[in-house]
Amino acid sequence: MKGYIVLSTGDIFEGELFGDQRGCSGELVFNTGMTGYQEVLTDPSYAGQIVTFTYPLIGNYGVNMLDDESIRPVCTGLVVGNLCQTPSHYQSNNTLSEIAEQYGLSGIAGVDTRAITHIIREHGLVFGKITTDPSELVPTKPATGQVAAVSTKTKTKHSGEGPHIVMFDFGYKKSILTALLDKGCAVTVVPYNTNFKEVAELNPDGIMLTNGPGDPKEMLPHLPELKKIIEAYPTFAICLGHQIVALAYGADTDRLPYGHRGSNHPVKNLKTGKVYMTSQNHGYMVKESSINTKYLEVSYINVNDKSVEGLTHRYLPISTVQFHPEAHPGPSDTDPLFTEFIQQCQAIGEKNYA
Amino acid sequence: MPKFEHIKKILVIGSGPIIIGQAAEFDYAGAQACLALKEEGIEVVLVNNNPATIMTDEEVADKIYMEPLTVASLEAIIAKERPDGILPTLGGQTGLNLAVELADAGIIERYNVRLLGTPLDTIKKGEDREEFKRMMIEIGEPVPESKTVNTVQEALDFAEEIDYPVIVRPAYTLGGYGGGIAGDAAELQEVAKRGIAASPIEQILIERSVKGWKEIEYEVMRDSNDTCIIVCNMENLDPVGVHTGDSIVVAPSQTLTDRQYQMLRSVSTKVIRALGVVGGCNIQIALDPYSEQYYLIEVNPRVSRSSALASKATGYPIARISAKLAIGYHLDEVVNPITGYTYASFEPAIDYIVTKIPRWPFDKFPQANRSLGTQMKATGEVMSLDRNFEASLLKGIRSLEIGVHHLQLELNLTDEELAEGIVEATDTRIFLVAEAMRRGMTVEQIHAKTEIDPFFLYSIEKIVQIEKQLASYSWATVPEELLKEAKLRGFADVTLKEMYQISLDDVRNRWKQLGWAPSYKLVDTCAAEFVAATPYYYSTWQGRDEVKVSEGKKKVLVLGSGPIRIGQGIEFDYCSVHAAKSLKRLGIEAVVINNNPETVSTDFNTADQLYFEPLALEDVLNVVEKEQVDGVMVQFGGQTAVNLADPLSQMGVQIYGTSVSSIDMVEDRDLFYQLLKKLDIPHIPGISVNSEQEAINAAVKLEYPVLVRPSYVIGGRGMVVLNNTEELVSYLQETTFSFPLLVDKYISGMEVEVDAICDGEQVLVPGIFQHVERAGVHSGDSMAIFPAPSLNELQKATITRYTEDIAREIKAKGLINIQLVIAGERIYVLEVNPRASRTVPIISKITGVPMVELAVKAQLGQKLESTGLLADIPFFAVKGPVFSTVKLSGVDPALGPEMKSTGEVIGLSYQIQTALGKALHWKEGICQPLETGDALFISLSDGAKEEMKGKLSALSGLKILATPGTAAYLQQHGLAVEAVLTKAAQVKEWHQTTEIKAILNTPTVGNKQGRFGFELRQVAVQLNIPCFTSLDTFQSYLQVKAGNVSDPLDLNVYLQQKERVQI
Ligand SMILES: Nc1ncnc2c1ncn2[C@@H]1O[C@H](COP(=O)(O)OP(=O)(O)O)[C@@H](O)[C@H]1O
Ligand SMILES: Nc1ncnc2c1ncn2[C@@H]1O[C@H](COP(=O)(O)OP(=O)(O)O)[C@@H](O)[C@H]1O
Ligand SMILES: [Mg+2]
Ligand SMILES: [Mg+2]
Repeated sequence: MKGYIVLSTGDIFEGELFGDQRGCSGELVFNTGMTGYQEVLTDPSYAGQIVTFTYPLIGNYGVNMLDDESIRPVCTGLVVGNLCQTPSHYQSNNTLSEIAEQYGLSGIAGVDTRAITHIIREHGLVFGKITTDPSELVPTKPATGQVAAVSTKTKTKHSGEGPHIVMFDFGYKKSILTALLDKGCAVTVVPYNTNFKEVAELNPDGIMLTNGPGDPKEMLPHLPELKKIIEAYPTFAICLGHQIVALAYGADTDRLPYGHRGSNHPVKNLKTGKVYMTSQNHGYMVKESSINTKYLEVSYINVNDKSVEGLTHRYLPISTVQFHPEAHPGPSDTDPLFTEFIQQCQAIGEKNYA
Repeated sequence: MPKFEHIKKILVIGSGPIIIGQAAEFDYAGAQACLALKEEGIEVVLVNNNPATIMTDEEVADKIYMEPLTVASLEAIIAKERPDGILPTLGGQTGLNLAVELADAGIIERYNVRLLGTPLDTIKKGEDREEFKRMMIEIGEPVPESKTVNTVQEALDFAEEIDYPVIVRPAYTLGGYGGGIAGDAAELQEVAKRGIAASPIEQILIERSVKGWKEIEYEVMRDSNDTCIIVCNMENLDPVGVHTGDSIVVAPSQTLTDRQYQMLRSVSTKVIRALGVVGGCNIQIALDPYSEQYYLIEVNPRVSRSSALASKATGYPIARISAKLAIGYHLDEVVNPITGYTYASFEPAIDYIVTKIPRWPFDKFPQANRSLGTQMKATGEVMSLDRNFEASLLKGIRSLEIGVHHLQLELNLTDEELAEGIVEATDTRIFLVAEAMRRGMTVEQIHAKTEIDPFFLYSIEKIVQIEKQLASYSWATVPEELLKEAKLRGFADVTLKEMYQISLDDVRNRWKQLGWAPSYKLVDTCAAEFVAATPYYYSTWQGRDEVKVSEGKKKVLVLGSGPIRIGQGIEFDYCSVHAAKSLKRLGIEAVVINNNPETVSTDFNTADQLYFEPLALEDVLNVVEKEQVDGVMVQFGGQTAVNLADPLSQMGVQIYGTSVSSIDMVEDRDLFYQLLKKLDIPHIPGISVNSEQEAINAAVKLEYPVLVRPSYVIGGRGMVVLNNTEELVSYLQETTFSFPLLVDKYISGMEVEVDAICDGEQVLVPGIFQHVERAGVHSGDSMAIFPAPSLNELQKATITRYTEDIAREIKAKGLINIQLVIAGERIYVLEVNPRASRTVPIISKITGVPMVELAVKAQLGQKLESTGLLADIPFFAVKGPVFSTVKLSGVDPALGPEMKSTGEVIGLSYQIQTALGKALHWKEGICQPLETGDALFISLSDGAKEEMKGKLSALSGLKILATPGTAAYLQQHGLAVEAVLTKAAQVKEWHQTTEIKAILNTPTVGNKQGRFGFELRQVAVQLNIPCFTSLDTFQSYLQVKAGNVSDPLDLNVYLQQKERVQI
């Protein structure tokens, strides 16, 4: 069916609707990855957002059983250039539009996604509405409470021989869990608002703060509790987790002009001078000027815009990264960070026993 | 890390002449890299004997040595220049091999030159397949098991070990001739036997076959800080089994999941790290379509054809950045000039689909074997971009200039033949596939036969479906949505024109009424994430136009020359680039259209506005309308551009330079002869004939020998010289051309060639090229000497006068190229080309006359300052043709009126002989001069025997082998003959024991397969023995004395000399 994506800037693009024909609205963001649409649309960090793919052919290799980042699509809507209805891949079980229908995800195809990217680049915060009626107004209120919405309500334990990691689910990507399990960890996934006592009862060797959707400042009420927890155990934090740690130590966060979303972002390790290609998906960043250098130091920066990409605590075994070492989508150059974290947990674990 | 401070002077080795597998991409990469070094304040010394390149232009390097690419000459240059570093990774295989030879000869060490970029052992590991495989096994990466064997039994035993299917690759055969794939022992029996027989050294490589797997390429960059990035990956539409250079290639990959993309990405970075490459590297991988299993096929640890393609496909200048890395910079320290914001450590994100399609020389070589395999056969390629694959593919097809503008060829094949035809990869398979779909074959069936991924087949099916829908309407009834869809998917206006039997105007007017026009979008390396500083453009019918065009400024469109092909090579890119630069210098905005990804003209900073588009009428018109250019320059883009002059002007576009009617005057044969009559300049007597009998009569009337050619072109394809009625008749029976044909008197005489610049009245002739071979050998294939050594003043004056008369008569503005033949007292004009020519870059370089710039000014109405024939330069330049016959089985290397060479070299010296020597022995192992006692094989036609009389003394002291007739003749004239050979095979045997230094074989009737001569020449090519088919070339070869090398001089030295002489 013919439909439209209407932008809060007043621009209107015509296209073909797919998936849930009732449409949707939300913040409009773009992802520059040339592969990985399945991982993107199941990445909980996109909750409340309509994702535009800058790569114009989407759906070429279908949708498979392996590459979901959560049990179902999480983003609100999809905007694509050319939707491939005849995918070709030995692992493919469905076309993208079948999946969209199945899960009530609204999408629009046949749109000039480059033009939309252009608009987002120029305006920064842009909202969009996928609809059959171009005259409808576009709601321009950012979605809130996304973390609460996507986070698990219950604890789930995954056994393993290695250190026991308690993973705070702010909207985690399955690949973070997989990365830990593959390296032998035992992992307990807990709700985002689990308190110190509950964590202690699980007596973890380490804490993982995951990625998640929305403005990190929505987490302010939970910071004191979280700070207690991360200061008690070796901690590794990714994306939203990284921002939360920064906030916990008094730093400030801010919106990026139009986010980093893609698989090609170079970051530099300030200690070694080495540069890594990373997968990123964030609309907010930690303000460098606001970092309390008494406690935190910057470990990684973005090569292009020099923004903060990682932090380490000066005295405590806490390290954070803004990017996604778990990849999926994107390069796995920084996968060794998980191993470092795990070794840290083991080392300290041993100390405690000694 | 900042750059190495101690490196002040760098020697760069170029790749030499254009051959199949090593084309213009090295001019592009080399020029870009040299400039990148110069801007760092480094003195660049360049060695490259390809005179047609931008790389050998004065502004590109501080010192340019157009000297042979031999160890001897390189050592001399190094001794003289004492560079701090040497950069070999820009010169393709030629540059790398030379670097390795220099190192092995201890020269790099002796002069303590530092080898920059990728270390030497890495280069060896990369280029030497055995070493590469050993290393991959060490680091635990899979490579197809392989073994070189000399007997069928060994082959069978090894195949048992690794299991079938296996691929057989014979050593040193033409175009991979004699190779094949065997599915079982029985088949291997056959293939191995054939392969061993085909190989001159009776050796074959047996390797596990992964034919049919996905062939994926990654372009990787690595710096000395061990940072690795992927510039882009590419997927071959033709699965493994067809050389990547002969495959249709798309970027980025279309059928890989992110998991697979990242898996192969990690493999690529692992390999390049293990190799220790510093700079760019190309990695080819075979991926099983039905599992995650893969094999590494090869790496090229240097810039390559693929890296040029990747650079143009993404906007990431690989060569430039490799050069920066070679002098110590890190990727995160080098800014990408396209964005002016991101650093070289940012992986390009592209938001369009790139399609590369090869351009093959089979139109020139009907006899050649058209099947595509593991040996590359294409001479060039086109690149096209759009927002969907169908459009990208169709635009690519349109760019090929093979007389089609859609996925449709005139084929008269039965369904059976068609079904058979698509099994083997050939230059036309993609068209057969489309035709098969038209006839109802399903994607599944075609996939089963071709192993082409269904993704691509579905796209072709979509194109065919749109055709069918369009066909179900008339132009009046066809609905807008459908037309929109057709344009969106890349259908050409011409396709619609033909489909509905209407005019192009009808089509274009309808777009205008509907307010439709293509949009233009940016190639910016970042999918619009950042603002771009120097992007270039492609058209699409989907979405908004982003390209701001400047106003108020004068604007000129320069048409490029499209893909490199025989007869239209890199020289026209040289001219296009200079045209664009001259315009810029004149403060005029230079807009360029071209579709050749290998060239400098499509580099991001050559033009003010670069459009990566087909050079088809409609696409050019669209850009003309978009940019609102004042006019178009068609002289620099070869015949491609000239042919657009007429249709463009009919559409009301202003054409600069020589008028369309004047172009007609020299290209239409009748008008041309009238012109010459009027100016009373002798022209070749010729008769147009419509039947065999007429032809015979004409030939008798004109007297043999005659030259026969199809009438619709002056020159061009299908020309032969025929000596008697028998030859004429057999030619008429074989020829693919239909009547009317032209029978010309064959004028045997000295051929000369002139390039001139004219401002409409005054004419400047920088000099005259004299061919070594008499007329009858295509100007592109003959050796040529500048200035003409054996012309007397009268002849020079006459040639100049003819040139001036013709130029004035047609009011030529800009460049004009004239070929003449001198027979006794008379000087005939053979042909006039109202455009730039192969010799323009050479003459510009060796005379210092900026011919293209003057031509641009003339076209803009400026008058020439100096005119007439310029004084001779005080040194000699010899142009030598270079052939790629070794890559093309079935092609006869014998020289004739049809051009066959793919490239050219130049030799400079104050002595003719030395200059000749440099042009002949232009590279290690090629055409060494004869020394006393060397073995020589001779087989002469009767005519040749006559001529050789009196010149035979030159052969004394040589060990002579000959065919019976020739032997008898030589003995008569008192020459000892070592042995008489009657079979080509015997030549092989002899060569094994006593090296045969050269072969002289004058063909009786050229291009006849099965004859002794033909086989002999094939053997010569196989064994890389220089084979002379013209006595004239052979004579000059005899003049070249071994050891007679002048010390290498940089071009400026020659030119300064010249000025001194003039004063
Ligand atoms: N084991 C193999 N089985 C089938 N085809 C192969 C195999 N190895 C190489 N090829 C094909 O041959 C082509 C040329 O081989 P390659 O090793 O890349 O040589 P080159 O140096 O000429 O590029 C490849 O592009 C691939 O399509
Ligand atoms: N009548 C002729 N007599 C002798 N040689 C000829 C004659 N016509 C053409 N040739 C030879 O054929 C070559 C190609 O012919 P030309 O007309 O220049 O075709 P092209 O357009 O391909 O350059 C010339 O360079 C010349 O050597
Ligand atoms: Mg290869
Ligand atoms: Mg000619």
